[in-house]
Amino acid sequence: MTRPTLVRTFATAFAAATLFSAAPASAYMVYVTNEKGNDITVLDSETWEVVTTFAVGQRPRGITISPDGSELYVCVSDDDIVRVYDTKTLKQTHTLPSGPDPELFILHPSGNPLYIANEDDNIVTVVDTETHAMLVEVPVGVEPEGMGVSPDGKIVVNTSETTNMAHFIDTESYEIVTNVLVDQRPRFAQFTADGSKLYVSAEIGGTVSVIDPAKGEIVKKISFEVPGITPEALQPVGVRVTSDGKKVFVALGPANRVAVIDGETDEVLEYLLVGQRVWQLAFTPDEKHLITTNGNSNDVSIIDVENLKVIKSVQVGEQPWGVVVSPN
Amino acid sequence: MRQFLFLAVWLACLGAGPVRAQDETVIRAAVLRVDGDVPQPISRLDLPPEDLGFAGARLAQDDNQTTGRFMGQTFEVVEVATAPDAALAELETLIAGEARYIVTIADGAMTTALADAAGERALIVNAAAPDDALRSAECRPNLLHIAPSRAMLADALAQFLVWKKWREWFLIEGSHPGDAAMAEAYRRAAKKFGAKIVEERVFEDTGGARRTDSGHVQVQKQIPVFTQRAEGHDVVVAADEADIFAAYLPFHTWDPRPVTGSAGLRPTSWHPAQEAWGATQFQRRFERKAGRLMRPIDYQAWAALRVLGEAATRTNSADPQVLKEFILSPEFELAAFKGQKLTFRAWNRQLRQPIILAADKVLVSVSPQAEYLHRVSQLDTLGLDEPESACPQ
Repeated sequence: MTRPTLVRTFATAFAAATLFSAAPASAYMVYVTNEKGNDITVLDSETWEVVTTFAVGQRPRGITISPDGSELYVCVSDDDIVRVYDTKTLKQTHTLPSGPDPELFILHPSGNPLYIANEDDNIVTVVDTETHAMLVEVPVGVEPEGMGVSPDGKIVVNTSETTNMAHFIDTESYEIVTNVLVDQRPRFAQFTADGSKLYVSAEIGGTVSVIDPAKGEIVKKISFEVPGITPEALQPVGVRVTSDGKKVFVALGPANRVAVIDGETDEVLEYLLVGQRVWQLAFTPDEKHLITTNGNSNDVSIIDVENLKVIKSVQVGEQPWGVVVSPN
Repeated sequence: MRQFLFLAVWLACLGAGPVRAQDETVIRAAVLRVDGDVPQPISRLDLPPEDLGFAGARLAQDDNQTTGRFMGQTFEVVEVATAPDAALAELETLIAGEARYIVTIADGAMTTALADAAGERALIVNAAAPDDALRSAECRPNLLHIAPSRAMLADALAQFLVWKKWREWFLIEGSHPGDAAMAEAYRRAAKKFGAKIVEERVFEDTGGARRTDSGHVQVQKQIPVFTQRAEGHDVVVAADEADIFAAYLPFHTWDPRPVTGSAGLRPTSWHPAQEAWGATQFQRRFERKAGRLMRPIDYQAWAALRVLGEAATRTNSADPQVLKEFILSPEFELAAFKGQKLTFRAWNRQLRQPIILAADKVLVSVSPQAEYLHRVSQLDTLGLDEPESACPQ
C-alpha cells in the first residue's frame, strides 16, 4: 500500500480550517464511532490527540471511508440508515438506504458499491454510492454481520452469526457461490492483500478460521490461550492483516488483548494488552500503527506494528465501536 | 392442537458450495407442552399466551432450517399442547411419527414420566422443569435439561447479593411444593456463598381469586403486617413459584428493604429487555414473528431446538445416538446471546448457562459474578457441581 503524496486539501475548507490547521501534513485522520456517545471522535495520527468530536445520530457502529478519502460512511444503527459525511467539513452530505439496523459494511475496492449487512432481515444490501440507489438485496444466513471483500473485488464474504457460516457472494451475479461452516458466532471476515487467504473470527467459538478462498475450505483453525484469562473470555472479533501478509492482528474482546499471529504459519506469536472489550481494529495507511477500539474503557489503544508494543491509549467518547483511518 | 411448522423456502434459490448437500436428511423433532391446571397470575401482564414456548420453537425452526438449506438437511417440528392425562398418549403418537427429539414443557413429575415412557426410543429435552432432583437422584439417561435448575437460579442471585454485601436475608416462601423447593435452593445457596438467613416465614395460600377490583386496598394493609418485626435483614428473598404473593412485596414490606427472588430482582434464563451480546436482533426477530415479547419458556424452547440444530449441522447426521453423543461431548457449543458458549454438563446433562438478574424493565446483572472462580468453568459455580450430583453417569 503506497502513500499518496496528495496535499491535504481539506485544510482549506472554511469549516474545518480551525480544527485541522494545527495538524502536520503527514498526519492521518482517525475516525472512531462511539456507540453510546452517538458521535464520532476524530484523532490525529501524528500527535494522537483528539481533534474534534461530532454528533452522528443514534448508535453509530460500522464506519468506512472512500478510497479517495473524501467521504466517510457510518452505520447509524438505531436510525436504520447509513450517513455519509464530507471529510473536509464533517457535515453530512447525504444518506444511503441501508435496511434496518445496519451494523457493518464494506466498500468495493473501487469505492462503489457499498455492501451492508442487515442483521434484522438476514440480507446483504448492495447500494450504489454514486446514485444512492439500492441495487439488490442478497438473502444470506441468520444475523449477517461480518463483511469482507476480495482484493480483486469479485467476491464479497458475509458471515452470519446464528447460521455460523461465511457466505461467498459473487459481486456480478449476486449469487452465493460458496458457504463455509465456521465456529459459533462469526463476527468478521478479512482477506489478505493477495487474496490467498481469508480469516474469519468466531466470537463465541473462540477461534479464527483460516480459509482458502479458491477451494472454499478451512485450512487451519487458530485458537487462543492467555494465562489467567478464562477460555470463555477469549472472544475474537476484529481482524487485520498487514499488506505483506506477515502479521495478523485479532481483537479478543473481553480478554482485553490483541493477538499477533504469524501470517505464514498462522501460529500466535504474542498477546498485547489493550483496553477493555476490544472489538475493531484499523491500520494507518503506512501500517506503522494499529488502532483498537476498547468499548468498556472508552478509549483506543495505539499499537506500534513494527515493534509490537502498545505505545499509547487515548480517551475517546462513550463505548467506542468502529474505527477507520483516512487514506491520505 | 397440532400443527406443522412450515419450512422456510425463500432460501431455496441459494447455491450450494463446498458445504455440500449430502443425501437430503430429515431431522424430526417435537415440542410437547403439558398444560396443567394453573391458576391465574397475580398480574394480568403475566397471563400466559396461547403460543407459550411454541413461539420460541418456531424461531429456532427458522434458524435451523436456514442453516439446513445450506447443509442439505430438513428440520420438522411438531407442536402438541395437551392436558396431563393425555400426555403419555400424545408422546406415543409423536414417537410413532418418528420424532426422536422431543422438547417438553411440563412439570418435574410429568417430565420424568415422559422420559421413562420414551426410554431409548427418543431423547427428551426438558425446557421447563426446574427441579434439582431431575439433575441428581431422579436423572434419566435419555433426559437433557435446557431449563436452569432451582439451584442455578438461587446461586445466581446469591452470588450477586453477597457481592453487594447484602448477606442477611429474610426468606419468605409460599405454601406450594415448588415454593418450598425454591426456598430450599436459597438455603443451600446461602450456605454455599456465605450469606445468612436471619428470618423465615411462610405465606399461606388461602385460595380465592387472584385479582379483584381494588384489591390493592387490602394488600397495602396485609403485607406490612405480614412482614413486620422480622430480624434485621439486608434484603428480602421471596420463593413464590406459584405466584401468590411475591409481586405484592415491593413497597409494602414493613422494613424498607429491596425484594429479590420471585419479585423485584429476579434470576431468570431470559428477559425481554436483554440487549447484550447481540440479543437485540434476536429479540426483534422473535417479536416480529410472535407479535409479543419473549418469555423464559420461549427462550428455553428456542435453545432446546437450537441444540438439536447445532448437533445436526456439525455431525451432518440425523441419528439420535450420534446427536446425543455429540451434544454431551466437549466439542459441542451453542451461541445463545449470553456472552459465552453454552455447553452441557456431562454428569447430569444440564445445559451450562449464565443467569440473568433482571428488574422489571432492565437487566441488572448477569451471574456468575466475575469473582467466583471454578476449576472447570465459571458457569459450574451455578447449580449442582459434579461431586454434588447423585446422577449416575
